[in-house]
Amino acid sequence: MSAIRSSTHWGSVFLFLGPALGAIGVFFFIPVIAAFFMSFTDFDIYSLGNWDFARFVGFANYQKLMENPVFWQALKNTFYFVLVGGPLSIAVSLMAAMMLNSPLTKLRSMFRVVYFLPVVTTLVAVAVIWRYIYHPKFGLLNYGLSFLDISPVDWLGDPFWAMPSLIIMAVWKNFGYNMIIFIAGLQNIPKDLYESAMLEGANPWQQFRYITLPMLAPTTVFITLMTIIGYFQFFAEPYVMTQGGPLNETLSIVLYMYQEGFRWWNMGFSAAIAFVLFIIIFIATAIQLRLQKEGSH
Amino acid sequence: MKKTLHHIGLSIVALICLIPFLWMLSASFMTAGETGQFPPRFWPEQFTIEHYRTLFDRLNLSRYFLNSVLISGAATLISLLVNSMAGYAFAKLRFKGKEGLFKVLMAALVIPGQVTMLPVFLMLKEMGLINTYWAILIPGMASIFGIFLIRQYALSIPDSLIEAARMDGATDFQVYWKVILPLCKPILITLAIFTFMGTWNDFLWPLIVLNDQEMYTLPIALANLMGEHVQDTELMMAGSVMTVLPIIILFIVLQKYYIQGIMMGGVKE
Repeated sequence: MSAIRSSTHWGSVFLFLGPALGAIGVFFFIPVIAAFFMSFTDFDIYSLGNWDFARFVGFANYQKLMENPVFWQALKNTFYFVLVGGPLSIAVSLMAAMMLNSPLTKLRSMFRVVYFLPVVTTLVAVAVIWRYIYHPKFGLLNYGLSFLDISPVDWLGDPFWAMPSLIIMAVWKNFGYNMIIFIAGLQNIPKDLYESAMLEGANPWQQFRYITLPMLAPTTVFITLMTIIGYFQFFAEPYVMTQGGPLNETLSIVLYMYQEGFRWWNMGFSAAIAFVLFIIIFIATAIQLRLQKEGSH
Repeated sequence: MKKTLHHIGLSIVALICLIPFLWMLSASFMTAGETGQFPPRFWPEQFTIEHYRTLFDRLNLSRYFLNSVLISGAATLISLLVNSMAGYAFAKLRFKGKEGLFKVLMAALVIPGQVTMLPVFLMLKEMGLINTYWAILIPGMASIFGIFLIRQYALSIPDSLIEAARMDGATDFQVYWKVILPLCKPILITLAIFTFMGTWNDFLWPLIVLNDQEMYTLPIALANLMGEHVQDTELMMAGSVMTVLPIIILFIVLQKYYIQGIMMGGVKE
């Protein structure tokens, strides 16, 4: 037996894994458990100075949450964002990936870089630009629509339009990321599948429906999962664009959690919000994986 | 004909991606108040760099810029070292419980990071690290995604290379330092870009742990500016340009590695 086949000395294992696992343990796993316990206390601004002021309150925070209309509003908004923004952004990513991947495409890498630019840029800067695009008086969007005889809309100030406006901005900013993963998936589909389909007279829609979609299924499952997890954590867009307004129409769960925890220092209550979010994401992930298993049988 | 239509489609999407940036750049050179006109102007009537001057002379932008560069640079170096060591261990060392440990890490990806923010904040506060750069660097030093990236890449390194080094009497650390790291260079660059850009763009955490204006990173300074100078659109645009330009240049230079990383993350084991 050569040296590598035998097990490694524990000293080495400790040296290589210690720093990473130590950091992840202390700054991830322990805090998750701590947050769980905190959600059963009334930890607030007084407890911040002296932890002894925090008392165990059982499920009171969760109960308060269930009775709180603002929480339900935030929950509704977050689901709106996930269920409308998620599929929309995946669809746009897939379309862009198919356009780029087409054999007709010239200057492919240039287009790819341009489509990807919004992904890498700082959200706060993007928000500065988009707040202006959405400006009710001087914005580019209303100016463009004026040619179609559409009267100006106060995109971010109107309770009905605020969320769609944030969704469009989020799709614009994010679609490039999933597009890259879709391109990798598309390149793994054997070309001869399309060739034989064309010989049998399949039109482009049929090729998409019966070759591309099924062959991309594993990629799509992965992307859907990651997108749902990411979109449930909707925070920065409403934070910089609307502060959750107008009338809490863009208040998301994470923004609500942030406001309760770090603005009002109701940390016990805020931890309860975080855990409800965790449970929702957990259930959504489980449903996804279940659907995927059933689909593959 | 079909080809032309196809490229018109591609170009329209490209324009939708680009116009906000081009307009930001153009507006940052307009004189104060020029963006407050209808119809909107696409080109400055009178080209001026006064807003960039204001940013640097009066609003301390060079300080924020330096803060961002230093924090992102330090975070990148730490992350490279810590994650590459762990990734190597998961790929090549042999020890009991390795697979189980790795699975636990992967499963933890489902937990939203926001859950940990409150306790981490309290912990850092107890350690007296709030309002220091350590509050950003220490909690971020290891990342599960980073470990995953390195591990996937290191798995493809043939064991025979490692065995050969062992024959020559190399220790585990020497194998890591002299064999693994040089071979992992492409994925290390990928991880470096991810970490650098992630730290540069990060907003929520620095907002929570940094209180002094002197310590702000660019996105926080920009958000702060947005509150104080909400009327000065042209100034805000110049601030945005200064925030995104470095990151865009970095991306264009290193895009090959960045895109490779996303593809690796997206491919299942």
